[in-house]
Amino acid sequence: MAGAVVPAIRIQREDFDVAAEIAGLTEGRTDIGAVVTFSGLCRDEQGALSALELEHYPGMAEAEIGRIAAEAGERWPLQGLTVIHRHGKIAPGENIVLVVAASSHRQAAFEAANFLMDYLKSRAPFWKKEHLADGSEGGWVEAKEADDHAADRWKKSRE
Amino acid sequence: MSTKLIYFAWVRERIGKPEEDVDLPPGIETVGDLLRWLKSRGEEYENALQYPDVIRVAINQEHVGHREKIAGAREIALFPPMTGG
Repeated sequence: MAGAVVPAIRIQREDFDVAAEIAGLTEGRTDIGAVVTFSGLCRDEQGALSALELEHYPGMAEAEIGRIAAEAGERWPLQGLTVIHRHGKIAPGENIVLVVAASSHRQAAFEAANFLMDYLKSRAPFWKKEHLADGSEGGWVEAKEADDHAADRWKKSRE
Repeated sequence: MSTKLIYFAWVRERIGKPEEDVDLPPGIETVGDLLRWLKSRGEEYENALQYPDVIRVAINQEHVGHREKIAGAREIALFPPMTGG
């Protein structure tokens, strides 16, 4: 029931295996009817980027994602929830973030994964710096107002 | 009592250090007071905190607004809007 799920949260430099993470949530269980995964990857911006460097706030990153995940667990009937966020230097094509939400029915899993990503974008303490393909150091990626709006919509829609 | 200040991303780069311990002078009660006081500490702080409204703050690893009281804070982090995910 609501709030029962214990989310698995990992902040790590290493890559992750999406299939293994799904299997980790569903193996040996017969009560899960829906698994939604979201993977965020590093893109090269039409060849302009050689890498993204992700800085994070150790300790708070785990704590804040834990708070967001706990809220998702209260709002939707989830059977499992995994959130992985990488830090360090990440090349185009590599994974950055993973959310896996498991539930009895698809709607809860879709919505919880969507909610998690919207809140991660605006509240999880991570910052992206661009490294450019021509060898120069790009700037810090600017926060998008659209991401704040995306998070805000969850305040009204479920009350 | 000294307070640990931690900086991230371009706030860290502009101030020129990742963290420091400071003794807050009397009269610094809120996050807003802290930002105003820090800004007066030198050119690098002025440069980092030129637009205080955009600076995000966490006390003891939780997000707070600029009106939040800082009494009892062990660790205060200053950083730009987040761009993870």
